Amino acid sequence: MRREWIHAGLLLAPALVLLFAFTHLPAIQTVIDSFWSTPRGRRPSAFVGLANYERLLADPIFIRAMINNAIYAAITIPVSIALALAMALFVQRRIAGRGFLRMAYFTPTVLPLIAVANIWLFFFLPGFGLLEQLRGFLGLSPRNWIGTPDTALYAIMTVTIWNQAGFFMIFYLAALQTIPESLREAAAIEGTPRWVFFRRVLWPLLMPTTLFLSVNATINAFRMVDHVFVMTQGGPNNASMLLLYYIYEQGFRYWDTAYAATLTVVMVALLALIGIGQFFLMDRRVHYK
Amino acid sequence: MTPHIKTRLLAAAAMFGVAMAPATASAVDLEFYFPVAVGGDAAGIIQRLTDTYMEENPGVNINAIYTGSYADTTTRAITAARGGNPPQLAILLSTDMFALIDEDIILAWDDFVTDEEQESWIGGFYDSFMANSQTGGQTWGIPFQRSTPVMYYNKEAFAEAGLDPETPPATWDELVEMGRQLTVRDASGNVSQWGVRIPSSGFPSWLFTGLVASNGQDGLANNEGTQVMFDTPEVVEALEYLVSLATEHEIMAPGILDWGATPRAFLDGESAIAWTTTGNLTNIRSNATFDFGVAMLPANVRRGAPTGGGNFYLFDGSSEEQLQAAVDFVKWATAPDKAASWSIDTGYVAPRPDTWDTDEMRAYAEEVPGALVARDQLEYAVAELSTYEGPRITQIMNDAIAAAIIGDKTPAQAMADAQREADAVLAAYR
Repeated sequence: MRREWIHAGLLLAPALVLLFAFTHLPAIQTVIDSFWSTPRGRRPSAFVGLANYERLLADPIFIRAMINNAIYAAITIPVSIALALAMALFVQRRIAGRGFLRMAYFTPTVLPLIAVANIWLFFFLPGFGLLEQLRGFLGLSPRNWIGTPDTALYAIMTVTIWNQAGFFMIFYLAALQTIPESLREAAAIEGTPRWVFFRRVLWPLLMPTTLFLSVNATINAFRMVDHVFVMTQGGPNNASMLLLYYIYEQGFRYWDTAYAATLTVVMVALLALIGIGQFFLMDRRVHYK
Repeated sequence: MTPHIKTRLLAAAAMFGVAMAPATASAVDLEFYFPVAVGGDAAGIIQRLTDTYMEENPGVNINAIYTGSYADTTTRAITAARGGNPPQLAILLSTDMFALIDEDIILAWDDFVTDEEQESWIGGFYDSFMANSQTGGQTWGIPFQRSTPVMYYNKEAFAEAGLDPETPPATWDELVEMGRQLTVRDASGNVSQWGVRIPSSGFPSWLFTGLVASNGQDGLANNEGTQVMFDTPEVVEALEYLVSLATEHEIMAPGILDWGATPRAFLDGESAIAWTTTGNLTNIRSNATFDFGVAMLPANVRRGAPTGGGNFYLFDGSSEEQLQAAVDFVKWATAPDKAASWSIDTGYVAPRPDTWDTDEMRAYAEEVPGALVARDQLEYAVAELSTYEGPRITQIMNDAIAAAIIGDKTPAQAMADAQREADAVLAAYR
């Protein structure tokens, strides 16, 4: 019996070591770091208790980042999922060029985000960007999408939605394939309108996928900040500041590692809460086979 | 062990020893991080520079690593140093000096040069460039890719607007006046050509320092890096002027204008005048389809401009041999002939007076008189904003300028808030 336990331990050891080294230990270290001050080359760190958290609550840029992230999540999650579902329903039927359309929808996901963010930057540029030229044809007023605080965050959101909708579409496509054709035929026989069929049959059956995608989209709403580096750098005046970008700025541009650790603790706690909350909220509605 | 296996082991050990011996007397390996902050092929030029050095000095192996923007390079250098694996050399912003000293990861160059070199080499750089490179009586950075911003102007656009193409605006008022004539609007009121473009994305504090200097204040911080002067009348006036160009005079596009897109905007005729670094001179010269001129930034109380760009920094944690090899490479790279070709290929300002005396530079200056503008402007140049916790303080100033430009705060309010925030941060260093 003991030999089996030893074998089990040895087999689990590599995975456990990696998990501890790269996930649990850094998490614990981060929580500990948030209670100490930042060490500089000439001054070692000192225990400061909750001082970092007090600073966090009084920091207007942190509040701004949280509000921005909330708006960012509130818009990108439903819009990406809705768009993905619409695209999946569209390319699921037998239409000409279906394969090409699927590839076109999925391409944004495979392109590196930093590279496409540079291209989007040129789309948005006032004066001679692509959007400005289209605007010229339509005769609308000029807009500095990235350089105005009202629209900077929405410009960022556009790139995010564009990037992740194709990825989500794949999951919906797979889920749609598993829905038996007999259901559709039965509905056709009974003369059910398409919208009612969607609401009463497709949507509940797709709930497991929707739950999975909403958790994914939530994580992405906090994780995808690559394009902020390229397009707005959190500006103008923190109008498009997002939490993860703020953590990077504090931790790796200002080297204020203690404050960055504090922000990280907040972000991880928030994500855990939202993740668990989503599971509990949608669990009753999810119809597993 | 049988005699057979023993012999084999001995033979293997002997061969191993022979193979290892040459390695100990081999090349010195140097790692060198460099950023690229301008258009053009600066990365290729650096590569050719290090290749040439390696050909002339076979005992040295330099690995020049392109590390992105200045901010990225600083991050990577500090990360590498903290991880115990620092490069030997890096080109970082001259304003990073205090941050690097505070991190305790760089060495002063004085310990690696003789007294005579101290005078002829270190003493041979322009004073305005050394202002951000020395503190506490020691030299921490060697100027390499230094620049000042200049005003590029489209001579054809000037002629079309009825202005003399050889007379760029020399004062703030002239800039407004000429800007009004240069701003071209179509029938529906949309602007097809703006009078002036002063970019404000990323790090507006740099160009803003020029406005502050031309309004009479010598920069935004003190020499020790412990005090900032943000809410003085000169600074507030300079910010009010910058904001008024778009709001009151309507000669500049409203909102934040992208730095990286400015050369392209100028070349495409989107604005008749563009303020950007002299490091873009070669890029603009190669791609301009029209006649353009280069001028100093306009004066108000006097002429003024910030210095900018990158210095060589020497990192702690390498062997004596590597450090000496690194110092030798930098001495070679800043020698007049190399500095001249670097400056000509990119448009950066040669940081030593003796470089301008080489035949190459003289010929270049005759062909491209615009190159002399940056050099002549050095007389009026002030230090760039550089303090302890530099990135944070600079970001406070950048955010404040952005807030004023987009109209979230009045210039006076923005500068008062910035002063207060900066004082709170710098209190720990006084």
